[in-house]
Amino acid sequence: MSTRSVALRVRATECVGMYTLLRVQRGPIDPGLPGQFFMLRAEGLLLPRPMSLCTAAAGELGFLIDPIGTGTETLARLRRGDEVAVLGPLGHGFPLDATRPVLVGGGIGIAPLPYLSETLGRPPALLGFRSDAHAVAAELVPQADVVIDPVRVTEPLADLLVASPEATPLACGPEPMLEAVARLASHAWLAHEAPMACGYGACYGCVVPIDGELKRLCLEGPTVRASRLYEHCGDALSPAQARTAPEAGVAA
Amino acid sequence: MTRILNASGCLDALAVPEVARSLDVFVTKTVTPLPRAGNDPVRIAEADVGMLNSIGLANPGIDAFVRDHLPRIEALGVVLWVSVGGFSAEGFAHCCAILDAHASIEAIELNVSCPNVTAPADEASSIVAAARAATSKPLYAKLSPALPDITAVARAAEHAGADGLSLTNTLRGLVLDRGTLEPILATATGGLSGPALRPVALAAVYACAQASDLPIVGMGGVETGEHALALVAAGASDVALGTVLFADPAAAERVRVELDASARRRGFASTDDAFRRAHGLASPRPNAPVGPQEEHGLLPIMATEPVSL
Ligand SMILES: Cc1cc2nc3c(=O)[nH]c(=O)nc-3n(C[C@H](O)[C@H](O)[C@H](O)COP(=O)(O)OP(=O)(O)OC[C@H]3O[C@@H](n4cnc5c(N)ncnc54)[C@H](O)[C@@H]3O)c2cc1C
Ligand SMILES: Cc1cc2nc3c(=O)[nH]c(=O)nc-3n(C[C@H](O)[C@H](O)[C@H](O)COP(=O)(O)O)c2cc1C
Ligand code: FES
Repeated sequence: MSTRSVALRVRATECVGMYTLLRVQRGPIDPGLPGQFFMLRAEGLLLPRPMSLCTAAAGELGFLIDPIGTGTETLARLRRGDEVAVLGPLGHGFPLDATRPVLVGGGIGIAPLPYLSETLGRPPALLGFRSDAHAVAAELVPQADVVIDPVRVTEPLADLLVASPEATPLACGPEPMLEAVARLASHAWLAHEAPMACGYGACYGCVVPIDGELKRLCLEGPTVRASRLYEHCGDALSPAQARTAPEAGVAA
Repeated sequence: MTRILNASGCLDALAVPEVARSLDVFVTKTVTPLPRAGNDPVRIAEADVGMLNSIGLANPGIDAFVRDHLPRIEALGVVLWVSVGGFSAEGFAHCCAILDAHASIEAIELNVSCPNVTAPADEASSIVAAARAATSKPLYAKLSPALPDITAVARAAEHAGADGLSLTNTLRGLVLDRGTLEPILATATGGLSGPALRPVALAAVYACAQASDLPIVGMGGVETGEHALALVAAGASDVALGTVLFADPAAAERVRVELDASARRRGFASTDDAFRRAHGLASPRPNAPVGPQEEHGLLPIMATEPVSL
């Protein structure tokens, strides 16, 4: 783990539907594995914010940002030439040897999937969005199947799991979506979220219940096997049930 | 020489040994007599000019700490202080008695000031007295900046046998979600640290340095060498880094270099010069040659009356 934050220059910020793709010079930074994250801090912020690596073009690090608060808005407003302090890669990425991986993203949960899709040689991908405007981001994952609210991304996932139960969902999205994925497949890997102050185990701010106790997500995750996060996972919902489960929504 | 420590609870040496080794002293997160899971999330939030935390003293408890953590920290070869907390004077004494047996521990910090848990029932001075009876190790009393008269508590701690002061802990604060106006932290309020604490910590250090002869570890919003020098000028002998480590894990090295440069730039031959300046004592000419006494860091005479408590 790198423990030195590096000041990097912004190359460009681009609108991708409702999100912003922040493209930063890579400098000496290792892009790490898909699902790992970086702590990003810009002028005006006291604390850095955790961001998954979205794209890893040569010489560049790309972060897809949903501006929901002060930190993400500040990062999304950066312009070419601005400085951003980057620490990482941090945490554990998705397993790259999962059996028949299927990528599942909800809203801004798409963020780690472009890099993951590229690394795994474009496995099937299911993406759910709140609106057509948000769904523009699906262009970052070629060949993905896209659903828009009120259709839930867990509906096509349930069908896919009926056809090939051994498929391993690698998922990132809002908590209700992760829980719904966990109920369909206890062997799924979920990229979880928590507010983080440091990203490297120093503050104990990011704890979530893992294996029944509060553990630091930045060190244990952010990708965690579903069975470690949710008690009632793999409860073998029938596809019909999955379709009607209210909490299987995509809120983002 | 001013030593750079981490503030308790702001670094896990076992997660990042190289960061712990970059400090002159590693201070553990507060350890309590029994294990504590800590508060429910959400535990942290950025505030206007600082951050809030409500970790709630999550720790494995003194027995598991000594059994599982201490040997691994010892293996890192860092100078080690252990921060101790409790909910009664006996709780503090119990932990101190256990730690007393471990030669690897240089000093014990008594956290009598966490804003995120119920305050100990006993006064700081009785906690220090109980801890004093339980260990011969140097004891640093870590005080809250919210005390109505911090100098009275500092003097009481000194009288009860403290060897130093750690100033300061966090102040209670609240952050509301800007949309819903609900508290962001699960506990509603939390401890405010970072830049907002800087002038508060300076005032506490300044007052306690005049009221007591104890060495002071200054902390509160230190981000640069200038901030560290200000604390030294106010009366701190050593400086601890907390919140800044979250954004910059390599801050210790940087602050050390900057502190040195900041002192030199003012022509200070020793940190005593900075202290004299801030306290309005006879200030030497810039760059004046330093006499042998000054080199040995003798503090100027201060008008400290012996206090009866
Ligand atoms: C490992 C990891 C990777 C991430 N990757 C990305 C990414 O690639 N792109 C992206 O846009 N975001 C990502 N996030 C989420 C992002 O870090 C948060 O949205 C951001 O920190 C919020 O900061 P803010 O100051 O903008 O909002 P704040 O003002 O702090 O919060 C705004 C609102 O969102 C809530 N909130 C804050 N942080 C979180 C959180 N982590 N999870 C859920 N709710 C939260 C707050 O309670 C508040 O209601 C990631 C989070 C983690 C832990
Ligand atoms: C996340 C976090 C956890 C903390 N945990 C402890 C603790 O366990 N014990 C303690 O004495 N102080 C604790 N503190 C307080 C710090 O040690 C320090 O006194 C305070 O943060 C002021 O310094 P700073 O502004 O440089 O952070 C904690 C502070 C933070 C931000
Ligand atoms: S973010 Fe600080 S411990 Fe995980």
